[in-house]
Amino acid sequence: MAIDISSYDPRNLHLPDGEILSSGHLACPGCGAALGMRLALKALGPNTMVVIPACCWAVINGPYPFEALSVPVLQVAFETAAISASGIRAALDTQGKKDINVVAWAGDGGTFDIGFQALSGTVERNDDIIYICYDNEAYMNTGIQRSSATPYGAWTTTTPVETPKAEPKKNMVEIMVEHRIPYTATASIAFPEDFVRKVEKAKEIRGAKFIHLWISCPAGHKSEERSSVKIARLAVETGVFPLYEVEYGTRYTINHEPAFTDVSAYLELQGRFRHLKDEHIETIRRNIRWEWERLRAKEEMGRKLSLPPDVVRAAVGDGETTAG
Amino acid sequence: MRMVVKGNGAVAHAVRLSRAQVVSAYPITPQTSIIEELATMVARGELDARFIKVESEHSALAGCIGAASAGARTFTATSAQGLALMHELIHWAAGARLPIVLANVNRAMAPGWSIWTDQNDSLSQRDTGWMQIYCQSSQEVVDSVIQAFRVSEKVLLPTMVVLDAFFLSHTYEDAEIPEQAVVDSFLPALDLPHKMDLEHPAALGNLVFPDRYMEFRRKMDLAHDLALDVWDEVGREWGQLTGRPYGVVEEYRLDGAELVLVTAATAASTARPVVDRLRDAGVPVGLVRLRVFRPFPAAVLRSLLGGRRKVLVLDRNCSFGHHGVFHQEVKSALYELPHAEQPRVCGVIAGLGGRDITPDDLGEMLTGVWEGRIQDPVTWWDVLPARDPATAALAMG
Repeated sequence: MAIDISSYDPRNLHLPDGEILSSGHLACPGCGAALGMRLALKALGPNTMVVIPACCWAVINGPYPFEALSVPVLQVAFETAAISASGIRAALDTQGKKDINVVAWAGDGGTFDIGFQALSGTVERNDDIIYICYDNEAYMNTGIQRSSATPYGAWTTTTPVETPKAEPKKNMVEIMVEHRIPYTATASIAFPEDFVRKVEKAKEIRGAKFIHLWISCPAGHKSEERSSVKIARLAVETGVFPLYEVEYGTRYTINHEPAFTDVSAYLELQGRFRHLKDEHIETIRRNIRWEWERLRAKEEMGRKLSLPPDVVRAAVGDGETTAG
Repeated sequence: MRMVVKGNGAVAHAVRLSRAQVVSAYPITPQTSIIEELATMVARGELDARFIKVESEHSALAGCIGAASAGARTFTATSAQGLALMHELIHWAAGARLPIVLANVNRAMAPGWSIWTDQNDSLSQRDTGWMQIYCQSSQEVVDSVIQAFRVSEKVLLPTMVVLDAFFLSHTYEDAEIPEQAVVDSFLPALDLPHKMDLEHPAALGNLVFPDRYMEFRRKMDLAHDLALDVWDEVGREWGQLTGRPYGVVEEYRLDGAELVLVTAATAASTARPVVDRLRDAGVPVGLVRLRVFRPFPAAVLRSLLGGRRKVLVLDRNCSFGHHGVFHQEVKSALYELPHAEQPRVCGVIAGLGGRDITPDDLGEMLTGVWEGRIQDPVTWWDVLPARDPATAALAMG
């Protein structure tokens, strides 16, 4: 689905009214993770259980005996978000409660790195959960260390400016796509209607769903708190972070054609890129073009392919699938 | 129904009869046939459960933690490296007060690789808050798994049911498999008081500041104190139902015993005829088998061992740098006795990595202690002398 550009105007957003995230949470000013959770829960509604591993949200939700969410929350070990959600799903299934949304909400460290194995296991089994990775591109909760989601060239406390990150960001979405799960999508806090639509779509699909949400982090990106949404929007409009969704590892839909604003507009708002020289920025420009060529080729290829014959596996025992 | 069943099969039947709702498990020798049998039972509809076929032991227990938090009766099984991989979540399950039951088939830790039995895997998890129970027969495995769910769900602590690799896990024995109605009358459906609930949303497992953390840990310790009585009551109640009563320890020929062997698991069943033979030969020997190891039945051991002349603790494990684990614990329990009632305690470490502990070994150990030939605090049994001169020199000081 293409995005209506009018949704850029915050006065003109069409979002569900319900609020499950209350005020009084412990997020930093300008935190994209708080905005992301608020939007996700608007889409999910109260019939939801949330799993939170070690990540910023393990703090944001508040210390015992408080919590900022009015749905059940299970905080779990760092590397276990996906399988913990699978366990809850299994228990609810035995209780006949198949209509409850079970959501794993994990950061990039808990998803790309330490939680990668359990996540792969869960989506390979096609367990009926929604996994949302809120990606601020480093270990922000421990104080800004590089993760495999940290982009090329970025400063972190473990990739100091003398040796900024030399490797590209791990392409987590494509790894999930190759598990051929029913639904994989990227999303941005700067495109709230698109994100809400994707969560609502994920709710309706049986099997494993993965949503990769790009969020800003003023403390870790060294950016202004008031610029969080602007930076998130520029991540999309410069082509750094494409908005797209993939069904059954095959059907690609690019949701928004970026303006392809020059990436310097995005980089210059974030202190973590301040040390970059022109040659590095040129590498980033070339990389954006290369990634978009790949993405468009996949979208083109997906139009010609039928869905994989084994996608009906999602329906085994349930009698339901979105394949068709 | 009487069946000829392996220890591992006994676990599977007990889990079926306990109506576990979620099984989350990963294969490892020599535990694997437990989860193979459970997978078949689930596939055939004999056990109405979800079986999450995870990608690691770490996820096996994490899956149980998620499922138990949502109120399901959960089970997993593992051994050695698998248990060690679970370690983070072993702490988690106990701290979250989840009544998960885990069957651990005792297997020696690598390196070198060993698939054979010893107790260092389970005893390395001693301080996690789990209850531990060591079994000696397929019959006891069946009965203990069912009892473990009952006790765990009463005191809200997880239980590790422990059985020796091969000597028990893969040895076929005659066992009575109880009727479903008997188990149902003994083990009501789980109603976890702190389960995830849409009607009463709460955050479980969140950050706890120093002003509250200790209170949670104190409650875990109190639950262990309570559990000792509960194991006793439940063992007696099971006896009334089935004719097979259990205590936290098993006593054998303690009348007039001046030397008591303390050990656990299948070594104890090997020891019983040895005790008989020595009694016939005039040696006043008896046996105490540790069954429930956590919570530790210190007072029971004091009452059984106080005033004896000698105690020999046989460990199929070693806490490197300080004795076998059972030896340490027995000595620490006896320290509270008046001096005149304290027996002399010797320890023997034997059978690591699956080496046989034969009746002849046990006979030699017991007569050696009785006749004063074995006096060292700890004796490593039947170990070849080091061939490398440097190592030998080091070992000899």
